[in-house]
Amino acid sequence: MTQARNPKPGSANSEGKRFPLWMMLIGLLLAGLLAVLGLWLKQTRQEGLEVGTDIPDFGITTFSGEHYQISELAGRVILLNFWSSWCASCDEEGAILEEVWQEVKDSGDTIFLGVNYVDTEKDSIAFLEKYGITFPNGPDMGSRISRIFKVEAVPETYIIGRDGTLTAVKIGPFQSADEIRAILKLAD
Amino acid sequence: MKRILLLTTLLLFLIPLTPGFAQNETPVSDDEVNRLASELYCPVCENIPLEVCPTKACAQWRELIREKLALGWSDNEIKTYFAAQYGDQVLALPPRRGLNWAIYLLPPLFVAGGIIIVIRIMRKSKKPGFSQPLSVENPRRVTPEDYINLVEKDLKGSE
Amino acid sequence: MIGGVGYGGLVIALVASLTAVITSIYGARTHSAAVLESARRAAKVTFPLLTISILALLYLLVSGHFEYSYVYQTTDLEMPFYLKLAALWGGQEGSLLFWCWLLAGFSFLVVIRRWKSEQDLLPWVIAVTSFTLLFFLILVVFFENPFLRYFITTDGEVTRALFQPMMTAQANPTNGAGLNPLLRHFGMVFHPPALYLGFTGFVIPFAYAVAALISGHTDDQWLKLTRRWSLAAWLFLSLGLVLGSRWAYDVLGWGGYWGWDPVEISALMPWLTGTAYLHSAVTQEKRGLFKHWTIALIILTFCLVIFGTFLTRSGLLSSVHAFSQSAIGPAFFVFIIIMFTGSLGLLLYRWSALRSGEQINSFFSRESAFLFNNLLFIAILLICLTGVLFPIFSELLTDRKVTVGPPFYESAAGPLFALLLLLMGIVPLTMWGVSTAKNLGRQLWRPALVALAAPLAALASGVQKWIALLAVWLVFFAVFATLWDTSRAVSLRASSHQESAWKAFVAQVRHYRRRYGGYLIHIGVSLMALGIIGIEFFQTTTQGMIAVNETLNLSGYTFTYQKLEVFDTTDGRNRALATVVISKGDLLLKTVHPGRDYYYASQQSVTLPGVRSTLADDLYVILVDWQPITSEGATLKIFRNPLINWLWIGSGILVLGTLVALWPAGERKKIMLPRGIDQ
Repeated sequence: MTQARNPKPGSANSEGKRFPLWMMLIGLLLAGLLAVLGLWLKQTRQEGLEVGTDIPDFGITTFSGEHYQISELAGRVILLNFWSSWCASCDEEGAILEEVWQEVKDSGDTIFLGVNYVDTEKDSIAFLEKYGITFPNGPDMGSRISRIFKVEAVPETYIIGRDGTLTAVKIGPFQSADEIRAILKLAD
Repeated sequence: MKRILLLTTLLLFLIPLTPGFAQNETPVSDDEVNRLASELYCPVCENIPLEVCPTKACAQWRELIREKLALGWSDNEIKTYFAAQYGDQVLALPPRRGLNWAIYLLPPLFVAGGIIIVIRIMRKSKKPGFSQPLSVENPRRVTPEDYINLVEKDLKGSE
Repeated sequence: MIGGVGYGGLVIALVASLTAVITSIYGARTHSAAVLESARRAAKVTFPLLTISILALLYLLVSGHFEYSYVYQTTDLEMPFYLKLAALWGGQEGSLLFWCWLLAGFSFLVVIRRWKSEQDLLPWVIAVTSFTLLFFLILVVFFENPFLRYFITTDGEVTRALFQPMMTAQANPTNGAGLNPLLRHFGMVFHPPALYLGFTGFVIPFAYAVAALISGHTDDQWLKLTRRWSLAAWLFLSLGLVLGSRWAYDVLGWGGYWGWDPVEISALMPWLTGTAYLHSAVTQEKRGLFKHWTIALIILTFCLVIFGTFLTRSGLLSSVHAFSQSAIGPAFFVFIIIMFTGSLGLLLYRWSALRSGEQINSFFSRESAFLFNNLLFIAILLICLTGVLFPIFSELLTDRKVTVGPPFYESAAGPLFALLLLLMGIVPLTMWGVSTAKNLGRQLWRPALVALAAPLAALASGVQKWIALLAVWLVFFAVFATLWDTSRAVSLRASSHQESAWKAFVAQVRHYRRRYGGYLIHIGVSLMALGIIGIEFFQTTTQGMIAVNETLNLSGYTFTYQKLEVFDTTDGRNRALATVVISKGDLLLKTVHPGRDYYYASQQSVTLPGVRSTLADDLYVILVDWQPITSEGATLKIFRNPLINWLWIGSGILVLGTLVALWPAGERKKIMLPRGIDQ
């Protein structure tokens, strides 16, 4: 660019004046602003959580009042499913998730946790009853859990392995019970 | 022992007489819902007020507001509830804590900065003995004072 | 084929602008006329080349070549002709190409004129404009190409490419997806181009300012040369903002005209500094003051244009207005760094050269008022920047999302706008150079007193909010002070030239176009402020579900739901049209037809408000489709917006005033008259 090819300011300035303090301050603010923008740009371009990342500890309290803490579930495979009652595609996978849950719940080895994403209690409980869902489901208070997993839309499902890292991600509804079983196998 | 039993039975009979937290008999109007909804933002879509958001989810949230208003919750209680449920982005202004204080403190700081700049520039210009050249743009701007000044200047010059 | 031609135009234009940048810099450093001439030619040729590209894209849009992905995404068979043309700027790729065309057009206009008089400045002007054009062309050619076509691979996947890849077949969709229903409105024809003309128009004064800094010609020359450019760019930017709010008012159905949405603010910020720049330029020309301010403001204006475009197009902000996520973010970021640091660095380099030795001599002088003016606009700008950037900052640092909504802007910037209104009233009565409080007070008390009639009248009619009364007084003060000054000047001239008042008025305006154009603009702005005061302080609203023949009441008006028609239109919409009768007491005022269009293809609804407009207020009725719309029950939402039409009237006067200020004067004639002959 033209300016970049010019001699740098300070050196060519024949009057030898130093720059006043407020100019330095403005320069610093500008640099700070650009740094913030650059960082933010980088962040928004990250698509989502990458497989293999360590999942930080968080807790969720279900609609019936039970509390689950991720750190306490270490050693088990966790299927974390983000859903909402107002999301049309969540209807598709409600029933099949429950079906697979019935198969795995007794082993004590795998646990399904449903995270209710930005929803109302009344409508969520109605949704759960509609599909007869029995695995633990709770609201995402303050949308904090969604922020950890960078959830952009629902439904999204995250499989957390026994070692507490992210093993698999499914964006969108599961199409069949087999698909769920397959993704669970990945964690074994 | 018998007395205690009597007292408790009596008290139990009194319970139905206590004023219950009865539900509002009149249904909450759309206007009341909108009043609150216009001060809240859609939790999912950014920067869209809850009052105008057309999605099904927003309709559910407006119904939630209606429910809570019917239960007698105050505006502030409902807003706090929403913020706790969905996050601070549903509020029109960041809650006053931590970093958010910047939003409240910066505007007065800017104004103060402006005032300081004005004071400094005015001080710089108040140099003693600085003659004031009259730059008049067109005749009608000149006031009697200016003519007097000119005459006095001329008079001084001729002394 | 046509797409190939369009793309070819783009690529050659890119090469040409690159050549222009290199040769102009080289020519300026070596003072070689031959090299400079080739720079000039390279800059000139970009415009016809890009015109070819634009025409190619327009042809594709209008003739429904849906195999082109841009045509597919922004048009469909049922769209009316004018919307197909407007689809040129209906999507990211097309609107970026439009930007390039405008930039090329402006540099063309600059390069073909004024070549003889400013040899030192022009090479750098070409360098800056060509560099900007180069950047946008790089964006279009490499990231957001409007001439990509759909191809189907052997696996059945759809891919986009410029030239047919191996093992694929040409896709041939029979219809497109069409423009977003919200955009299918006359506003789409005028709002984006006006805004873009304003944004890109500022590249010329910016380029001249940078050229002045590089070449060392820091006198007023660059300012005088670009005076009309800046004013014209400002006019289009103002027009774009007003058209945007009018469109939002008409279509979005929430009875509002400005939402303090980050994208709206991104367009407002360059307007703020642009307005300050116009005023600062006047002070520089008249008194030689504020040279630093003036250059800093035009640099800031253009940087804010780029910054605002970056925020809107990179997908960083999500709002109704924003384009979707895109790969151009990082490229824009690099460009911003270059522009910001380059231009500001230059300003610092020439800081001392800009010193004028002049000073503000009196607190009550006109220069002082202009200083306050600059400071107020900068303060409002800082508030807007804080509001837009804070959520980003907060999310980065605390990982929590927050919203900075209208209450912030209204309470922080509102008082500052009120102070600007006050200044608009005071400034016509100040003098350059010297003034005292007594002088100024003597000029001011009459308009100030007369203006009191307005809030008193409001008080008498029941208005109690003191803020509203104060605001109303400020508006009328500004208008009366301006008219007062004008009438004094006219009567003075009439008596000294023995002319009739009308002749004196016309002669005054003709001789001092800029000043009276400016006064007219101020009056326009004051009237806009009146409209804003009306709707912001006194809007009333109600909503309710009623059956046919039932009524809703608002502020003394009665709204009767008379009937409902629901039908399918010929172009893929389901329309629900209600008939609502508005009456006041026994008097029937108007029948309006609020409606709702549901677009089958995109499954989106658009509200069609039914409005009754008068100077006193707007009665704005919409059909809300949160619940199904039937004759048994339709939800109507009604707004009463007092004084809102003064917002549109005021903006019309603003445009008129700018045209007066822009009008080419017989200024050349004036200069050539020997002194002594009356002017």
